[in-house]
Amino acid sequence: MAESDQPGHREEAHTNRARPRLGVFRFASCDGCQLSILNLEDDLLALGQALDIAYFPEASSGMKPGPYDIVLVEGSITTPEDAARILALREQAATLITIGACATAGGIQALRNWADVESFKRAVYPSPQYIQSLGTSTPISAHVQVDFELWGCPIDKGQLLRVITDLLAGVRPRLFADSVCIECKRRGNVCVMVASGVPCLGPVTRTGCGAICPSMGRDCYGCFGPTEGARTGPGLPPNTASLANRFHQGLRLIPIEVVRRFRGINGAVESFKQESEAWERKT
Amino acid sequence: MVTASDRCGVLPHADFQRLLNVLTEKGYRVVGPVVRDGSVMWETVERTADLPIGWRDQQEPGRYRLEQSGDDRIFGVVHGPQSLKPFSFTPREALLTIERSKNSFASVPTLPKSEKVAILGARACDVAGLAMQDRIFLRDAYADPYYQARRNSMFVVAVNCTRALTTCFCASMGTGPGATSGFDLALTELETVFLIEAGSSEGNDILSALAIDPSSPAQIDEAEANISSCAMNQTRRLNTAELPGALYEAHEHSHWDDVAGRCLACANCTMVCPTCFCHTVEETPDLTGQRTEHARLWDSCFTQDHGYIHGKNIRPTIKDRYRMWLTHKLASWIDQFGASGCVGCGRCITWCPVGIDLTEELSALLKPSIRTQQKPGQV
Repeated sequence: MAESDQPGHREEAHTNRARPRLGVFRFASCDGCQLSILNLEDDLLALGQALDIAYFPEASSGMKPGPYDIVLVEGSITTPEDAARILALREQAATLITIGACATAGGIQALRNWADVESFKRAVYPSPQYIQSLGTSTPISAHVQVDFELWGCPIDKGQLLRVITDLLAGVRPRLFADSVCIECKRRGNVCVMVASGVPCLGPVTRTGCGAICPSMGRDCYGCFGPTEGARTGPGLPPNTASLANRFHQGLRLIPIEVVRRFRGINGAVESFKQESEAWERKT
Repeated sequence: MVTASDRCGVLPHADFQRLLNVLTEKGYRVVGPVVRDGSVMWETVERTADLPIGWRDQQEPGRYRLEQSGDDRIFGVVHGPQSLKPFSFTPREALLTIERSKNSFASVPTLPKSEKVAILGARACDVAGLAMQDRIFLRDAYADPYYQARRNSMFVVAVNCTRALTTCFCASMGTGPGATSGFDLALTELETVFLIEAGSSEGNDILSALAIDPSSPAQIDEAEANISSCAMNQTRRLNTAELPGALYEAHEHSHWDDVAGRCLACANCTMVCPTCFCHTVEETPDLTGQRTEHARLWDSCFTQDHGYIHGKNIRPTIKDRYRMWLTHKLASWIDQFGASGCVGCGRCITWCPVGIDLTEELSALLKPSIRTQQKPGQV
């Protein structure tokens, strides 16, 4: 019997070939997206066999140096130290993927971009002069080239698994940029905006979450960021202006409430940022 | 409309459960409109009380509300967001799985298991939408086996409309408010009884098993009058007189910019449309690379991917996409499938989050463009 005919040969071949090295790194963030990896539970063993998990402090104290084939980056850049660290990490990463709203768009902490960080420091710390902090929270793509971006607060663990599977298969990961509405309709949800009159961001927010919030009767708050966005400009989706007008004229939100809809977890993304600033001028 | 024949009987409201029982005894899972999350959705019903008795819907552009009707009509709600589409053309359908074997691979078919489903409460517009999807999916030698399997196991109980929503315009599309074909049974809800008409041999079997009294000419007249009055009460209409030509001529009309300013490109209109059939396919491989599932899922001409062909998006702007959708739906659909893609159900008007109304958009597009003085080729 040839060796290749023996039971179990394929699995051994799979584990014996040079497994891609994975590194998971954290910047300014809450760890929630990294937890999504650990929450893969049923697939963790297979993931551990398919990849050499070389650096993932949230999961293991065995931390191996780079270079890495796949690097997952959680968190945004908020300190001078992190701004330098991401440059060094990029050199160690063959493929760099951002995971979550912070790394992809600056996150909720990008609300500081509209505020005075120095006053926050003085309010919180007795000796603010020791705090090294940038005045802004910026996405990884503002500092280095990013190969793929996973949106969400947190990311969808199934989407992450799918991207890793695609990379292992040698194909370009498919990441949908369509509206949450499409997923809502596929799932058989009743539209919360039309039937309940709540200001849902689903029509301008990209799918990928499985339409979790509308499935629970709640309005989407845009944690997966704007639809499309590979190109931005007049006449291209997302049409945040039309949705904002509907919130104001149809659902009777006052301008500051419209500002808050768009200035949330992904408030710093250009299309959402422009919309919130346009309505801020009306307050 | 209702036909006077021996295939027409009357079932008292109080005996409605008998219809559910007979369908169940014949092996059907009965599905009907059930109140959920502020609308009605298709769900399994076992008892008459599961149906939206005493409710009615108010629909307007971008708004849907249920309210108590003050009567005990079973089918007072005209419709929810779902047409019959999800039953035959499902939102996501595995087409095949592919499994790797040594030096080769095998594909495993995933044809749906046939489950007999009786859908209770389809409207004439829904039945017309289903007939159009049949034309698309079961065309000539290219019948889609997945659609066919699901379609074959469907038993359609239509309910003729006697109340028009403000968003309804089936009368102008010639598809309602009474169902004339394409159903197994058609009901008309009168004050105390249902008039039941059979439209197929399977429907006749159910009608025979029900063993109900034949309808009187007066009851048939009453049903006819109620349906006609519903048609006359429709306030919206689609001006189809000059289609398809007028929309082709309106390709450079200034009004496309106006509607593109409001359209979200969210695709809700196409998802709720009974005839929209666009879909995409996706692969879902497992981590070991040994098995993958090839599945079809609902897509829309409003998505970025839909207009992407070999390195270029041919419909990058919202204007491109809305124009593509409306021109196809109301004009080139006629060239392609022999009839309009619109059945007048009004769902795209109601379920558009910003309330875009295609009947108004078409009216505006049929008026002279502010760019009509331009000669072709001018920018």
